[in-house]
Amino acid sequence: MSSHKLDSKVPSGSIDQKWNQHKFQSKMINPSNKRKYKIIVVGTGLAGSSAAASLAQLGYEVSAFCIQDSPRRAHSIAAQGGINAAKNYQNDGDSVQRLFYDTIKGGDFRAREANVYRLAQVSTSIIDQCVAQGVPFAREYGGTLSNRSFGGAQVSRTFYARGQTGQQLLLGAYSALMRMVGLGKVKLYPRREMTELVLVDGHAKGAVFKNLITGEYESHAADAVILATGGYGNVYYLSTNAMACNTSANWAAYKKGAFFGNPCYTQIHPTCIPVHGENQAKLTLMSESLRNDGRVWVPKKVGDTRPPDQIPAEERDYYLERIYPSFGNLAPRDISSRQAKNMCDEGRGVGSSGLAVYLDFKDAIQRDGKSVVEGKYGNLFDMYQRITAENPYDVPMRIFPAVHYTMGGLWVDYNLMSTIPGLHVLGEANFSDHGANRLGASALMQGLADGYFVIPYTIGNYLAASASKKIETNHEAFKEATEASLIRENKFLNIKGSKGAMEYHKDLGKIMWDSVGMSRSEAGLKKAISDIQKLRHEFHQNVNVPGSAKGFNPELIRAFRVSDFLELGEVMARDALERNESCGGHFRDEFQTEDGEAKRDDENFCHVAAWEFQGVDKAPNRHQEKLEFENVKLSTRSYK
Amino acid sequence: MNNSNKNNMTIHLKVWRQASNKEKGKMESYTLSDVSPDMSFLEMLDQLNLKLMKEKIEPVSFDHDCREGICGMCSLMINGHAHGPQLLTTTCQLHMREYKDGDEIVIEPWRSRAFPVVKDLVVDRSAFDKIMAAGGFVSVNTGSAPDANGTAIAKVVADEAMDAAQCIGCGACVAACENGSAMLFVAAKVSQLSLLPQGQPEAASRVKSMVAKMDEMGFGNCTNHSECMAACPKGISVEHIARMNRDFLKSSLLQ
Repeated sequence: MSSHKLDSKVPSGSIDQKWNQHKFQSKMINPSNKRKYKIIVVGTGLAGSSAAASLAQLGYEVSAFCIQDSPRRAHSIAAQGGINAAKNYQNDGDSVQRLFYDTIKGGDFRAREANVYRLAQVSTSIIDQCVAQGVPFAREYGGTLSNRSFGGAQVSRTFYARGQTGQQLLLGAYSALMRMVGLGKVKLYPRREMTELVLVDGHAKGAVFKNLITGEYESHAADAVILATGGYGNVYYLSTNAMACNTSANWAAYKKGAFFGNPCYTQIHPTCIPVHGENQAKLTLMSESLRNDGRVWVPKKVGDTRPPDQIPAEERDYYLERIYPSFGNLAPRDISSRQAKNMCDEGRGVGSSGLAVYLDFKDAIQRDGKSVVEGKYGNLFDMYQRITAENPYDVPMRIFPAVHYTMGGLWVDYNLMSTIPGLHVLGEANFSDHGANRLGASALMQGLADGYFVIPYTIGNYLAASASKKIETNHEAFKEATEASLIRENKFLNIKGSKGAMEYHKDLGKIMWDSVGMSRSEAGLKKAISDIQKLRHEFHQNVNVPGSAKGFNPELIRAFRVSDFLELGEVMARDALERNESCGGHFRDEFQTEDGEAKRDDENFCHVAAWEFQGVDKAPNRHQEKLEFENVKLSTRSYK
Repeated sequence: MNNSNKNNMTIHLKVWRQASNKEKGKMESYTLSDVSPDMSFLEMLDQLNLKLMKEKIEPVSFDHDCREGICGMCSLMINGHAHGPQLLTTTCQLHMREYKDGDEIVIEPWRSRAFPVVKDLVVDRSAFDKIMAAGGFVSVNTGSAPDANGTAIAKVVADEAMDAAQCIGCGACVAACENGSAMLFVAAKVSQLSLLPQGQPEAASRVKSMVAKMDEMGFGNCTNHSECMAACPKGISVEHIARMNRDFLKSSLLQ
């Protein structure tokens, strides 16, 4: 079903002129009038902090909300490897055009060309901005900025700050935000959970938040709402996401009419520390940068249980180098992950569970010396040793894929506005730039591009064009939203069942990982849909939520979030079931080439699928936005 | 993969329970069996909470998020040590293999006048945000930055700035200090920006505003015992405090 509701609003003109033209043609708000507009920003990661700071600098009245005790703790902080930018400081042939091309191809031709081109264009300004803020990127002895190459790219365009690039970029954006807080231009509301989006005459005009300390509900009215609330990888329970990462703000918007784009596009990262046991609550990523020097291998023989140092070179299968000779260990994430799974499925996995492959630094240590390897990856090696009690300088690391990032998210147009007028969505929370697979070091780039350099232009266009009807929190819509939140939490508290929300979350995660994970099939997805429905039903009969509605009650908040994941999981499975092709991170067993690679169907599926809520126990409607490729030729993605 | 193996331990916990900052708190004792040595410390607390919920006892509130040692959300005084016994390790990265069967573990919140208890092991660290809002930044508006390679910065200087910038804002330095001083936290930011050319135009006003706000928030003074450095999970050196003190002195001479 094609939809008139999905107007991407991509400007006309040549791709390299679209953004400039659009900025010029957008409506403007007089500087002295900007203070009359109030904007709510939910989430303070890279996208939210950079947006809140930049909009406040322009003069808007901004309120920023986060679930943690401080905006600095948002999960952007955990990104390790780096941030891409088309600076071409290394003279190795990079350009806006090349970054654009790599991102479109990396996304397996399922992203919107105009958005990606703009992302590549503004990437260079991001690095300038961060350096000016005092972000201590790695440097060469001559004092210039250092770069490294990263999965899926053949140029060195990744800027980094040791293995803590996300932390340093976020602290930069946080410092910009706190400066505006200090100047009284941003009001900061930490430890707040958004429970309802408030619509008046179809426009987003505010939100209701639960104060996590007092338990009270608070209403906030605004002229526009920005969600920068991150991804939904925690639907799998075990992921590299922080424990508090959730889909609840996005889900509240979805239930009010914002379409959800490509929910089945999830990224399973190839280099994580394998699961250790049933009580595990979270998985730890080992930066992809390790694949620059580490070699991935498994034994050639099935069931070979010898320790790695007793397996001679000729009995090892360096399978990424074998299958993808031109990219080798740097093959993109979706491909590397799937091959790791294939090796384990063949019975060649290593470690006690058989669910791991080796990432070996022996050759790099012999070639460059231990101190060079330590200089590049020391903190990651330490982290690995702390978690596994094994020394990766002596024995190869054991790694396995884990859920890491979600390319899907709320559907947005070129202005980053959702299908609800006034509701804008930034960063991982939207669906727009990474297609079916995100390249390494591109998430940080997108979050900051959206917040620093896109939304400050596009939100003005909305505010100037929309009616300037001011809504206050005494409006009926806020009362209704607060009432809905109260009813919902009382329902949870009164179930008094026998099983904790965390246990339901774990059950959901198993279904998702087994059937909506690295490979998916029609039968598996159909079963997943019915299993999730059953689990959701049981959850609402039997969940045990202790404590009360007032005061600090993390278990109540956990129940909210798990309840939303139990709805989202079903929509993800439905999306995966309807997409009868394989592309990027979405791999359907029925649709593969002879040598087991993803087989796209451009004739029938070269579109975004956007889902419209119809009711919790009703199937949502699927809409399509056709993707046009005018600048990059649709081709089979090959890294061989 | 099985948790009920022979290496599993029984652990005796003494945990600080406090319903809110308006009520008095006290230590409660719990015994937890079947603790796997491969579990993280916080996974052990997750297991405790599931057990408490089954027994209709309200679970223990504690702060945590990324569980990979970078967000700074987790805290906990464990047997009197901020973030537990292991050097350069946050509570979330501490593993139960550090303990043996039958051990007693005492768990308390950060204790400092500037960090009031919210509930159980959760404290309010918003004083740190207020110090940052007072000057922990370079005043550069979005869009007005020169080219990133326009100013060369020696690698050793950039590296030293990065050493300071690694602070995760967890508050272990304050919790470990007998005076409840926030000097290491403040110095990490002052020193990072003072080392870099981008931080120079505001160097004097930054250190003055941040130190004034630190005092106003109720943090204590520094008496050079370096407990903060020993407790810091990121190994931030007290040399940054020395640099901040120099900057502070310089700023008062410039006045």
